[in-house]
Amino acid sequence: MSGPRTHFLWRAAMLHRISGVLLAIFLPLHFLMLGLAIRGADALDGALAWTETVPVKIAEFGLVFLLAVHLAGGLRILVLENFQWRDGQKTLAAAAIGVSFIVAMLFGLRVL
Amino acid sequence: MNARLYYWQRMTAGLMVPLIAVHLVTMIYAIGNGLSAAEILGRTQGSLIWGLFYGGFVVAASVHAAIGVRTVIGEWFGLRGKVQNAFAVIFCVVLLGLGGRAVVAVVM
Amino acid sequence: MTKTLQVSIWRGGADGDYQSFEVPAKANQTVLDVVTWVQRHADATLAYRFACRVGMCGSCAMMVNGEPRWTCRSHVSSVIRDGELKLAPLANLPVIRDLTVDMTTFFDKWQRAEARFHPSKTRHDEVPAIKPDTPARKMADAAVECINCGVCYAACDTVRWNGDYLGPAALNRAWTLVNDERDAGAKQRLAAVSGTGGCYNCHSHQSCQVFCPKALNPTRSIAGLKRAGLAAKS
Repeated sequence: MSGPRTHFLWRAAMLHRISGVLLAIFLPLHFLMLGLAIRGADALDGALAWTETVPVKIAEFGLVFLLAVHLAGGLRILVLENFQWRDGQKTLAAAAIGVSFIVAMLFGLRVL
Repeated sequence: MNARLYYWQRMTAGLMVPLIAVHLVTMIYAIGNGLSAAEILGRTQGSLIWGLFYGGFVVAASVHAAIGVRTVIGEWFGLRGKVQNAFAVIFCVVLLGLGGRAVVAVVM
Repeated sequence: MTKTLQVSIWRGGADGDYQSFEVPAKANQTVLDVVTWVQRHADATLAYRFACRVGMCGSCAMMVNGEPRWTCRSHVSSVIRDGELKLAPLANLPVIRDLTVDMTTFFDKWQRAEARFHPSKTRHDEVPAIKPDTPARKMADAAVECINCGVCYAACDTVRWNGDYLGPAALNRAWTLVNDERDAGAKQRLAAVSGTGGCYNCHSHQSCQVFCPKALNPTRSIAGLKRAGLAAKS
């Protein structure tokens, strides 16, 4: 799958694509879970109890990171495509990943 | 990908920037109080604002994800033409359906 | 004892294989020097292309240790890995034999992108005074030095994943013409680059910009085309 030397912006693009695919897979499951509330609060509570385990909390941390990084990377692309070109795309991509990780950590510290 | 699909994918992306920001902040705030049905429904039930917020979010996300996934199945799985488009439409409809149901579930 | 390089070179067509050669190492040697030595001293049947050997003609591009490069100006010292050189024909194009590829698709896409000048005047009209410092001319000039070497085309993932994609070189040239006030083909060009294989397929990986031997930036040009295409539709 990899092309000529997997340079940093290529890796950033792959992170953006993979995070999008994983989020797209997660979304229907997320909707199904929230939809349980249609049967009443207890049905939702039952499912939420399942999320109290550590592996699930780590997965939640991962999902928050994926959402944040997909947003940040997407913002970089939106700016790149709609405004005057600016150099330093590698720095912007690194900053996007960094900020996303901090956001995910904020979530992670509160969920554990 | 052509101009029209590109436009709708970028447009829904732009629309979702503030929506995701609010959602992330809400999640980080809410998770600190522990996740329970009461906590979630206490916020969303009967709320027109949250209904419109998440309703719009579902529509934008469904269109955006469907177009994105369409590109991936075309480029990485070699599906093109009618099959590629049908897959995208079905995925969009599924997300709209499940998402709409979820919004109704937490708002009504 | 002269130092030698371990060089493996692709031989045959699409289902060929690598053949190993031991080539004398010399100071300031380029990859083209290495290939030429093999053809002259080891195996006269080796097929490869070059012409100017000074980075102007775009003929000598090939994959060097997995990366597309112009071989006449790639010093062995800067591309060698663990003392080895692996040479293969340019990626994303059909192999004719050994290190030569069929560039037909590359140039067909150039035409399909309307990446050629459409004249608007005749010899009887006044020559337009093109100011070099207008924003449009600066953008055209920044992208116009393309030597059609095919390196960007070989580096591009979207070209690899999408057979219809016109590719960075064709789209980059189309952008220079979008910014050329003398050109009369704006409408058909924007239509050509906005369609199925057009600019909207670009994912901005910037591999084209990373590997372009002339330091061009097709990603930047294609971003410009994306904007121009949307503006034309509204």
